[in-house]
Amino acid sequence: MFRDAWLMASKDLRIEWATRVGMGQILPFGGLVLILFGLAISPDLAVAGSDGRSLLAQAAPGLFWITVLLASLLALGRSFAVESADGNLDALKMAGLDPAGIFLGKSAAVAIQLLALQVVLGLGAFVLYGPPLTDLVLLLVVVILATLGITAAGTVYAAVASGLRVRDTMVPLLVLPVVAPVLLAATKATEAAVFGPLENGWSWAMLLGVFALLYAGVGMLAFGPIMEES
Amino acid sequence: MVNLSGAISLIGGFPALAGVDLTVADGEIVVLRGPNGAGKSTLLRLCAGLAHLNGGTGTILGHDLSSREQRRRIRRETGLLAHQTFLYDELTVEDNLIFWARANRADPSTVEPILDRLDLGGRLRTVKISALSAGQRRRASVAVMVCRRPKLWLLDEPHAGLDQTGRDFIDDIVRHAVRFGATVIIASHDHERVSNLATRTVHLVGGMVTGAEDGREEGQNVS
Repeated sequence: MFRDAWLMASKDLRIEWATRVGMGQILPFGGLVLILFGLAISPDLAVAGSDGRSLLAQAAPGLFWITVLLASLLALGRSFAVESADGNLDALKMAGLDPAGIFLGKSAAVAIQLLALQVVLGLGAFVLYGPPLTDLVLLLVVVILATLGITAAGTVYAAVASGLRVRDTMVPLLVLPVVAPVLLAATKATEAAVFGPLENGWSWAMLLGVFALLYAGVGMLAFGPIMEES
Repeated sequence: MVNLSGAISLIGGFPALAGVDLTVADGEIVVLRGPNGAGKSTLLRLCAGLAHLNGGTGTILGHDLSSREQRRRIRRETGLLAHQTFLYDELTVEDNLIFWARANRADPSTVEPILDRLDLGGRLRTVKISALSAGQRRRASVAVMVCRRPKLWLLDEPHAGLDQTGRDFIDDIVRHAVRFGATVIIASHDHERVSNLATRTVHLVGGMVTGAEDGREEGQNVS
């Protein structure tokens, strides 16, 4: 299983390196969304009872995670577009790769791309929205766990959509409701990491970890039947 | 090798195969002939374990087509050359071959001689699939099949898009595979070309076998 996961992940990352879709298209898209949020919410609006912080700074965690979710939809769609083209999904079935390994490999490749995107988008969010930072460790843990949750759940539903003729429009419809708990928990935990207090932040981070584990398990068990029907 | 009795396969509710009876023995080269929509491609996909058997019975390489687990074994032991390339456009010829060799548990060191043999060595090995001509892509797909070393070769219009040299080359590969113990089923409209290879020709119309001719009776044999 892990051999197959490594094989799939390295192949997907090689395709990304060759095409630069992540850096050339998804990252600029995420940057644009961050800028549009900044234009839509005036930085002069202050929030009552928030030590004079602007509305934009106060909303920064939520805006960042919405941006990451939108970018992840593109990355997930792209991840399965390369398999749907030229019948590669059939070729994977014929190769006899472990479906759980395929799931883990594709999830890992999307997670690595999303983590790289978040480094740049996170810096952009700090520059554009100006929130403070209380605990960098909690923030990093939240970013990693939320990314694993988004990619695990997203890979399951992107695979379901890949077998449909309307897959491009179905990926957001299937993935967004499922990862709504990740958006909520990641936003709350990030709020704690940037504004404090930290106690609640670690509880939300644990919830993110549980979600990621749950969907990793679901994906490993369900990917075989999902591929069979694709 | 292949035993189908009353095989029915539905695609979107439509019976692409409507009761096919077909037996293929080890070492045969069977050519499937028929008009568009006759069910040739679906029959090849059924033999590859990719299409569902919705009625009748069937075994491929001794594995039961109605069992999901045994269909997985069929897939591992068969090779399908379809209309699609089964290659990643964004990767080079060599990267594709190495990936599929590893995915198929084949020895990656066999890739280089296979690329040379299929005239894909030298400069072409570092060219992305998307930059190749249709004929070169076809040869790259064949290279993956050769890497797999399947027991049952399923070729859907293998000569399509190839020049004369490429077509001759496909014929050589097929003869070579049979010499080394493989069995081959070819779906083709290019009757003149494949009749030189066939040990038997099977006619399909409307998802059913309507007749068969023994190639050897016409003095056509694999040499």
